[in-house]
Amino acid sequence: MSPSDPREPAVTGPAATGPAVTGPDPSGPAATATAVARPRGASAAALLGSELTVLFRRRRTWAMLAALAAIPVLIAIAVRLTSSPVTPGRGPAFLDRITQNGLFVAITALIVSIPLFLPLTVGVVAGDTVAGEANLGTLRYLLVAPAGRVRLLLVKYAGAAAFCVAATLTVAVSGALIGAALFPIGPVTLLSGDTIGVGESVLRSLLIAAYVTVSLLGLSAIGLFISTLTEVPVGAMAATIVLSVTAQVLDALPQLDWLHPWLFSHYWLDFADLLRQPIDWTSFGANALLQGGYILVFGALAYGRFVTKDILS
Amino acid sequence: MSPAIASVELAIETHGLTKQFGRQIAVAGIDLAVPTGSVFGFLGPNGSGKTTTIRMMLGLASATSGEISLLGRAMPGSFRAVLPRVGALVEGPAFYPFLSGTANLRRLDTADPGAPSATRGARVQQALERVGLTHAAGKKVHAYSLGMKQRLGIANALLMPRELLVLDEPTNGLDPQGTREVRSLVRSLAAEGTTVFVSSHLLAEVEQMCSHVAVMRAGTLVAQGTLDELRGAGEAHARLDTPDAAAAAQVLERLGLTPVTAGAAAGAPGHLSAVLSAALTAGAPAPEDIVAALVTAGVRVRGFTVVGASLEERFVALTGEGFDVAQ
Repeated sequence: MSPSDPREPAVTGPAATGPAVTGPDPSGPAATATAVARPRGASAAALLGSELTVLFRRRRTWAMLAALAAIPVLIAIAVRLTSSPVTPGRGPAFLDRITQNGLFVAITALIVSIPLFLPLTVGVVAGDTVAGEANLGTLRYLLVAPAGRVRLLLVKYAGAAAFCVAATLTVAVSGALIGAALFPIGPVTLLSGDTIGVGESVLRSLLIAAYVTVSLLGLSAIGLFISTLTEVPVGAMAATIVLSVTAQVLDALPQLDWLHPWLFSHYWLDFADLLRQPIDWTSFGANALLQGGYILVFGALAYGRFVTKDILS
Repeated sequence: MSPAIASVELAIETHGLTKQFGRQIAVAGIDLAVPTGSVFGFLGPNGSGKTTTIRMMLGLASATSGEISLLGRAMPGSFRAVLPRVGALVEGPAFYPFLSGTANLRRLDTADPGAPSATRGARVQQALERVGLTHAAGKKVHAYSLGMKQRLGIANALLMPRELLVLDEPTNGLDPQGTREVRSLVRSLAAEGTTVFVSSHLLAEVEQMCSHVAVMRAGTLVAQGTLDELRGAGEAHARLDTPDAAAAAQVLERLGLTPVTAGAAAGAPGHLSAVLSAALTAGAPAPEDIVAALVTAGVRVRGFTVVGASLEERFVALTGEGFDVAQ
């Protein structure tokens, strides 16, 4: 009831706003001018940097990476502690080679992780992309900032892809380190019979890690799309993981032969060609093409859904 | 609606803004006119469509029909040009609980393509200072109280110089001191020329900070104008303090008024005193004639006042009783 000025604009309003408008105005257009002048790529890069910061400052992310790192460690220790030699053809591929060459720990661990562990962690990250922000309520603030829906979606997908890289590298690097610690390291005999040095075999391991990363990109796109459908991140995560398991089950049914080349998990384990001399890129290419198709289709679906979505969380 | 509004430039303008969820109409064709430079109170019971309107204004939800113009540009079409000039607090604060207050603000600031990264650190510090959160800047947000989160939300709206602030229930969860701080913050921003659009269901709050008010009820805009216009549209009351309650009531009834006993006043000891209140409806006689009539009839008058309508009465008249119930 005390001051009358904020309540009676008819009297003081024009007088107060008149000079005041010129106050913030210079900063307003100046700020907009910098926005226009600033290359849009730079601000998108900043947003991606921020996205990665948020992703890798989460304890959950590190817990998942730690779990992935533990897989090769478990394999290596189990093989080291077993006195009897591993029978070739039993257990995961290359398991029998570990005792002769520690470099095979990384490859074996990747093979073990591909069907479940990697899709599980990727499903968590990709399923969380949009639904997680919606659930926290931060999605509305990002959009009001304004992040722009398309830009945000692209950054979110790039973040999920970055996690795919981090996840496979974690398995590969952890495998290489524990393999080097527990087993002899030496030249590697390839599937084609040729022998390559340690340096090149490390490169081949990285190539396989790249193959596995590419394999997970299609699943990430599916996760991103599902994530735009809900405000419950756990739901999107579970649905993504269930889909990855379903695809693998379908891929194992001979009755569905016609469907197999279209399943995003079809080429997941077909990286043996990268262990030949010279490298056969056929499966890498086919896999990349298939994953690219999934990225396009589910990216478009995610776009269509997210751009028109009412953000009510 | 009023000549004062029509002649001023508008910071927010909507025409026939409608939002339908399935069969339920959340916002039914409202025409808002928020003058530039005003502190605009957006009142209404919970569930009357305030937040849905704000979501449409900011491009978070699409309108079923109608037009929105923010700072002279169409929304959501021109969001890229408009939203950097708008600071917003929408339906409570929301942050990453695992990040500190500073890290949260930095994150949301990078989402604005117009926010220069060179000044980010300084602007974040400044915004935290402005809401009094400097001491908790490094704490993770999950350790924040609701009031601190609310302050951080306001800090987020102040990261850049804004021409328009949209604050949805800004004092929610704040203690009385925090409420006062928000009020003075809004005043100081308004004094700098920022238009402030505040939604609230707290009348006292709106009455203390706003220059203009709009009232929502069940998705429709039932009133809009300056605070005084809105208050003036209500009925004034005559309050009479007298020891001769019965006689006074008779006189008032004869004058066509409907007196009600509004309580006992503190008279001199031994003197009984009653307070009568009567609404001064359109056809009521002038206050001086009422007093003359009372005195002529031998009623002893200890006090006589004409009380202007309060916003609360007007609000209840517009939205009905049962304040917090959606219609």
